[in-house]
Amino acid sequence: MSAKPAHAPARMGDPGSGLKLFAIAYLIFIYGPVLFLPLFSFNDSIFVAFPLTSFTTKWYEQAFADEKMIGALISSLQVGGIVAVTSTILGMFGAKAVTRYQIPGQGLITATIMLPLFIPEIILGISLLILINSVGISLSLITVTIGHIMLCTPFAMAVLSSRLHGFDRSLEEASMDLGETPWMTFWRVTFPLAAPGIVSSLLLTFIVSFDEFLLSFFLAGQEPTLPVYIWSQLRFPNKLPSVLALGALILIASCVLVVVAEWVRQLGTSEQKVGV
Amino acid sequence: MIFWDFFGLCMANGGNSHTGGVGCGRCQFLSRWRLARNRVVVRARKHLSVSSDHGGASPGFFDRLRAFYLRSDAAKGYVLLSPVMLTMIALLAAPLILLVLYSFWTQVGLKVDTNWTGDRYRELIEKQAYVDIFWRSIQMSGLVTLVTVGLAYPMAYFVAFGVKKNKFIWLILLTIPFWTSYLLRAFSWKIILGYNGVINSGLISLGAIQEPLSFLLYNQTAVVITLAHAYAAFAILPIYVSLEKIDRTLLEAAADLGDGAWARFWRVTFPLSLPGVIGAAVLIFVPTTGDYVTPALVGGPTGQMIANLIQIQFLKIGDWPLGSALAISAMAGVAILVMLFATALQLAVRRIR
Amino acid sequence: MADNIIRIEKVTKQFAGGAKAVDDAHFNVERGEFFSLLGPSGCGKTTLLRMIAGFEFPSEGEIYIDNQASSLIPAYQRPTNMVFQSYAIFPHLNVFDNIAYGLRKSGLSGGELKRRVNEALGMIKLDGFGARRGDQLSGGQRQRVALARALVKRPKVLLLDEPLGALDKKLREEMQIELRQLQKSVGITFVFVTHDQEEALSMSDRIAVMVKGKVLQIAPPQELYEAPGNVEVASFIGSINLIDVTVKSVGAGEAVLDGAGFGQLRARAIDDLKAGEKLVAAVRPEKLALVSSRPGSGSFVEGTVKASAYLGDRSHYHVFVKGRTTPIYVAAQNAERAMTGGFDTAKSVYVTWDWQSLILLRR
Ligand SMILES: Nc1ncnc2c1ncn2[C@@H]1O[C@H](COP(=O)(O)OP(=O)(O)O)[C@@H](O)[C@H]1O
Ligand SMILES: [Mg+2]
Repeated sequence: MSAKPAHAPARMGDPGSGLKLFAIAYLIFIYGPVLFLPLFSFNDSIFVAFPLTSFTTKWYEQAFADEKMIGALISSLQVGGIVAVTSTILGMFGAKAVTRYQIPGQGLITATIMLPLFIPEIILGISLLILINSVGISLSLITVTIGHIMLCTPFAMAVLSSRLHGFDRSLEEASMDLGETPWMTFWRVTFPLAAPGIVSSLLLTFIVSFDEFLLSFFLAGQEPTLPVYIWSQLRFPNKLPSVLALGALILIASCVLVVVAEWVRQLGTSEQKVGV
Repeated sequence: MIFWDFFGLCMANGGNSHTGGVGCGRCQFLSRWRLARNRVVVRARKHLSVSSDHGGASPGFFDRLRAFYLRSDAAKGYVLLSPVMLTMIALLAAPLILLVLYSFWTQVGLKVDTNWTGDRYRELIEKQAYVDIFWRSIQMSGLVTLVTVGLAYPMAYFVAFGVKKNKFIWLILLTIPFWTSYLLRAFSWKIILGYNGVINSGLISLGAIQEPLSFLLYNQTAVVITLAHAYAAFAILPIYVSLEKIDRTLLEAAADLGDGAWARFWRVTFPLSLPGVIGAAVLIFVPTTGDYVTPALVGGPTGQMIANLIQIQFLKIGDWPLGSALAISAMAGVAILVMLFATALQLAVRRIR
Repeated sequence: MADNIIRIEKVTKQFAGGAKAVDDAHFNVERGEFFSLLGPSGCGKTTLLRMIAGFEFPSEGEIYIDNQASSLIPAYQRPTNMVFQSYAIFPHLNVFDNIAYGLRKSGLSGGELKRRVNEALGMIKLDGFGARRGDQLSGGQRQRVALARALVKRPKVLLLDEPLGALDKKLREEMQIELRQLQKSVGITFVFVTHDQEEALSMSDRIAVMVKGKVLQIAPPQELYEAPGNVEVASFIGSINLIDVTVKSVGAGEAVLDGAGFGQLRARAIDDLKAGEKLVAAVRPEKLALVSSRPGSGSFVEGTVKASAYLGDRSHYHVFVKGRTTPIYVAAQNAERAMTGGFDTAKSVYVTWDWQSLILLRR
């Protein structure tokens, strides 16, 4: 480590610049491989191989000319929308309960709710398949939606809990003190203050549902979601370029949504600090 | 949602002085609601006074219930929590219990014989191929975990200690992969490692090789690389959080007591960041052992893992009990290994003085 | 019977797994009075206030607000309003909407709403601040908004939880006076929680002293200070010298006592005094005076100055008296301008007092 001038002492534990190079290399490692999807999606060749030939958008046209793909996309959007709203509502209940009340056994309950994050998806998939089979429901988008709700609710609850944790409980009490019922207090105080968390939760649960493959793979019947459809197309080499095009679009859309979600969440918290 | 909040409302609204203004729609609604509730109460009271011996006490029942609800934080908490709890019981606990039950049953054609038997487990232990795949999965995941955590630690350290401005941007960059399509990220390795893929065609067009390298795809190495990449960002957050929590004055104290930079790291920073390291390791080891997509995409015949076996039992062969037994044993095995690992690591670190 | 707006009847609050935060509180608050709950932090003041507001419910006992049992009435239906310790100004609303919050709920709108809110803004001297957001206000302004927001509801009782605690000293003293004037002019009952005894003494009609969940004494400020009911109250309010004494004889309104290190003492008798009874005689530091030569008559004791502190308007002395382990505290007014003087340490002095300023307390 180099010597620093006395008036600006190095912060303890400050790493050298070698680590910065490592960090940049690491980011390249994380993002680099994925960039081949958009790259080759514009390459005018059926083979995903160097050298690049010429620029084309025909794979995108091909992807969107595929009616089955459009159907799968619509299914995924529908499932994602319903899942996002449902799990955010469920998460809101859960988050309010654990942040506002002291509940006996709270640790155990929260751990149970968060469990899906720690169990391999294949286990979640087959056990839900068994349940659905035992109950006697046939596989469809509805069963996919049910599975996704189970998967997404912990995310929603985590995002919303951290949001509700931050704000002064006496704000809600002040509202009730001024004569509002708990129900209207929720709408006049809790909801506006939690709005960034709610938006963030909606976006994130939507992305998780939209990108989810394995549960849908087990639970979808005849109507595939988009990832399941993509999976089924991977077997056909001539479909590869349009899968690349589709994949590139999905990745970019997901990235944008994640950035927006995290930004909204962060925005909310900094405002919060001033507010309370 | 409305239902639950109105439950709270109905419990809380007595016939007491309601201070709302006259004529507002909500108030009218509320009073109608209260009227309806009172009718129920009256009916209930009549019913109670006829049917119970101590009818004299019964008029207070709803009041007492309401008072209990008002007074009890726990009751309010449980009421709010119940939608999530019920969802999770129905969609998580019940299926897992069924999974355990299935593992003790027998598949007979398209039906399941529900007589209890441990035969599925015996089958698993006796068939060497299953045991082999299990160990192979463990080894591969162990390797993935080691590589991922090893790479993530310096990265997390950099963000925690090295980044002063715009930490937030770094954190977002590192969380994006967590939320985006795992399928697509794994798939990108298939096109990179493929026989006619990015690496081979790139090397050929550079003139470095004449023939495509066939050992890149469809083996265990490909699985390990893909998994390590797919889970790279997951390890960073827990480690980062534990590093960020370390009080910087502890390092100053260590320096004050004569420790150099390395000694400070090994004697203070590293032991204190261990919860994050363990958390990261578990967060990677558990899901990668049960990973299906990557081995299916890039594993080839030799790179298959336990999840692929389970999938075959469920969707191809149709022996659900055997598949369940596989899943249960894998989960149990992984849980035991994780506990051993965490304990061992903690014991090892306790030797640091 | 006095007109009691609040009746607290044997109220106990026990949190799950905790000690009793409020232990068998039993008292009344009169209509229109400025009533303070005074006690050290953690003694249960907030808990008691929150039970009146309806945010906590008693484990035992009942609270009557305007003669109505409150245990079934949720916070939003009680005729009380609260100024929160954190002020709880809604950060997503501006000042106008904060103040209008409760009025909107009561169905007020348009001109009437505006009139009421502007009137309230005038009352707290924040005219023209209506459009400010809650997070653009200073601490003092937030405190005023919280006050106005509660008062526009015209509650029967206003509950204030250490409302001045977050303000700096000067502003706090100004607000104490303003708050007291405000209370007089609106005529609303105030229940005021504070851990600052000077604040309580200067503002209240009556004060309830709480220690460890128990209400020890309820009295007007002067009585609380000059005639504390027991040793705990006496030592919590202000500082006081305690002298262990034994009653020698009881005469007409007067008792003769034997005090450790003090020899024979005189004090006003209290009820049911018996010769031989062991008591505590208490005397406030400012009732004591120091002189350098032996007084001819009256009550006095000889001692040595062990420490002194010059505080500008007064000086504090620690005087050791033979036969006592703790020093006697003397607070002497510096009435005359003097660049030197006072009493040097190690100097032998005489502590004098008017015999009537001794207070007899039972342990
Ligand atoms: N919700 C609660 N759960 C458990 N204990 C509590 C709760 N609120 C307050 N207490 C405890 O009750 C006691 C009194 O607290 P409080 O009324 O806030 O005191 P004060 O306002 O006089 O400082 C404290 O010991 C505190 O820890
Ligand atoms: Mg308090």
